[in-house]
Amino acid sequence: MNVTKTFVATAALSLVTGLVIAEEMTIVSWGGAYSKSQLNAYHNPYSAKTGVTILNDDSSSTAVAKLRAMNEANNVTWDVVDVEAGPAMQLCDEGLAMVIDPDTMLAPAPDGTSAADDFGDMLVSECFIPQIVYSTTFGYRTDLVGSTAPTSVCDVFNTAAYPGKRSLFSVPINTMEWALLCDGVAKTDIYDVLETPEGQDQALAKLDTIKDDVIWVSSGSDTPQLLADGEVIMGATYNGRLFALIEEQKQPVAMIWDGQVMDLDGWIIPTGLSPERQARALDFIMFATDTQRLADQAKWISYGPARASSAPLVGKHAELGIEMGPHMPTAPENLERAFLMNYGFWADYRDDLDAKFQAWLAK
Amino acid sequence: MAALTVISRKPLSFVFCSMAILGAFAGLLIGMALNVAPLGLICGAVLSVGLSFVVLSVMDNEKIARWGLLAFWSVCGLFSFGLAGGLAGILWGWFFGWFVFWLFEGRYRARLQPYLSPKQVLWHFSFRVICGAIFTYLITPIIVVMPLSFNSQDFFTFTPEMLQFDPAGYSLKHYKDFLNNNEWQRSFKNSLMIAPIATIISVCLGTLAAIGLSQSHVPFKRLIMALLISPMIVPLIISATGMFFFYASVGNFLENSLGIDKNFVGYVKVVLAHSVLGIPFVIITVTATLVGFDNSLTRAAANMGADPITTFFKVQMPLILPGVISGGLFAFITSFDEVVVIMFVGSASQKTLPWQMFTGLREQISPTILAVATILVVFSIVLLATLELLRRRSEKLRGLSPI
Repeated sequence: MNVTKTFVATAALSLVTGLVIAEEMTIVSWGGAYSKSQLNAYHNPYSAKTGVTILNDDSSSTAVAKLRAMNEANNVTWDVVDVEAGPAMQLCDEGLAMVIDPDTMLAPAPDGTSAADDFGDMLVSECFIPQIVYSTTFGYRTDLVGSTAPTSVCDVFNTAAYPGKRSLFSVPINTMEWALLCDGVAKTDIYDVLETPEGQDQALAKLDTIKDDVIWVSSGSDTPQLLADGEVIMGATYNGRLFALIEEQKQPVAMIWDGQVMDLDGWIIPTGLSPERQARALDFIMFATDTQRLADQAKWISYGPARASSAPLVGKHAELGIEMGPHMPTAPENLERAFLMNYGFWADYRDDLDAKFQAWLAK
Repeated sequence: MAALTVISRKPLSFVFCSMAILGAFAGLLIGMALNVAPLGLICGAVLSVGLSFVVLSVMDNEKIARWGLLAFWSVCGLFSFGLAGGLAGILWGWFFGWFVFWLFEGRYRARLQPYLSPKQVLWHFSFRVICGAIFTYLITPIIVVMPLSFNSQDFFTFTPEMLQFDPAGYSLKHYKDFLNNNEWQRSFKNSLMIAPIATIISVCLGTLAAIGLSQSHVPFKRLIMALLISPMIVPLIISATGMFFFYASVGNFLENSLGIDKNFVGYVKVVLAHSVLGIPFVIITVTATLVGFDNSLTRAAANMGADPITTFFKVQMPLILPGVISGGLFAFITSFDEVVVIMFVGSASQKTLPWQMFTGLREQISPTILAVATILVVFSIVLLATLELLRRRSEKLRGLSPI
């Protein structure tokens, strides 16, 4: 009996080895519609061109911690990691992300403009390869908010006019900015105020006024589910998720663009890769940061491409045929009342404020 | 026994009180759903007593009364809550009619010993109600996801179409997604590959360990047993962190020094980690079967010239096989359900089903997870049923009565 088992085990193990001969790379991302857009815009074309199999690992939400652990264990299994600008800066500071030279490692624009100029301000860290501009903003149930629809982010804090539950991310990032903004702090002063302990207390005090009406969520998929269930009347999530909820799922939901907090998302290449893996990762990046490819991603999700030359190429949604331009956080009418996040601030203060915020939540 | 107990009609006051309690409870549930709990409670009690009065005192014909109640409640349900309400109304109307006559005619005593006091009768039925409530409490969360997996929308929501049993509200698209989506298929295949191999390793090592530990001459038996079982007791996240660093070094050695393929090493790491988690289950079940094993059989075999290996395969193994198999099933399920260790030790190419479900739930709430969950629940039921049949068979073989 044991002999048979040994045979089976050996056979199964050799089957495993037989299965994996093609070249593979692992790209880490966020999952959901976002991963799908990357699959269509970058991964599938790249696989078709080079024959490299791309494995998608939806672990971006824990990327910083996992990369630290992988680095410590000297066993980095990721080749390209999709992260927001703030964590990218953090990883860069810790030496966990590779320094990128935009002029030699990223594709230039079709008209010859160098990548450094084309990406411009988006290159917020020397390790960060910008991909999209997204925003965190609010959606509301059109049938549950009464006759006057909310138009301002401060309506979230107005429980008298809009009674009912609202969902917010259980992290200080964005939440504290909105609290200060709606407590009368001017947009330009928010990060100066948030630097001080008094300012932090002020933000938490403002949040105290709605704490009983908040459902705290931790992932971008929670708010769409809560809105679809009618468990909340308004809630914060990424604008792409709201687009999918409204346009693809046809739910009775509308968006508040006011006070949308814009953030960047992009790739980093981890340090500690073998030379051939690093070369492949760089080859992928060169391919994917191409002007046309970045514009292609916008066919699948309503996030704005991070390079200037891609913006005019944004067309219609690949399946719904909707003009994507007006759904971008960067569209002029949406941009008007946006709020640009200070990545540097969060790279420095994130750990401290996280601790403070979690302590407040537990109270 | 039933024939011994004479049943007789009960006083109306008793029936009305009981029906008032039942009605109040049902009314409270419906009232709570509509946010008018106190009103529901009172209306339920009044309606229930009123109907009982009509059917018992005015109509006094059980058959007609019960059909009447059925019709009344189903029409009520239909008009208030649509088709689903109508169906619920039929069930409730049937129960209501049965219950009111069950009380009134004293049928509830029919199968009980005649000498039981009213308190004992009450406890007899309360006990069953409590057991039923506990069962419901355990099973509802598992059952409730099953209809949701047939949702035609992409949310974990009972849509109005679903509640009205409109076919448009249901679809198999999440099952199709599971069957057609590369990510799901890859993780499913990984699970089907990793779990059996890990199980085989756990079963071999665990059985050997259990047999060794059952020998009387082994020193520090309890200590060794405790160490071997520790993966089951230590919080998984701690084992996982330790395994991550341990297997990272093992993996680096295999890849860099021996030049073995990276992916193959990845599978080896995961399989080894999972078999460590499975071993305690095998040890426990095999040790339990060994308790009933008669050691004079091995001595008899030796006496007849069999060497220890022959004795093991011909004499001992067949007798402890049920324990080995049930341990193996536990080990299999452990690996098949495992989500913490795999996220630490595995890389994306070893992604298993639970990992895919976990990230799917975190990053994108899709009912595909529910479709997979439904498939897995059915799968687990089949597995546990097998386990139970084996257990019974082993007890029959050993001449023990089922516990």
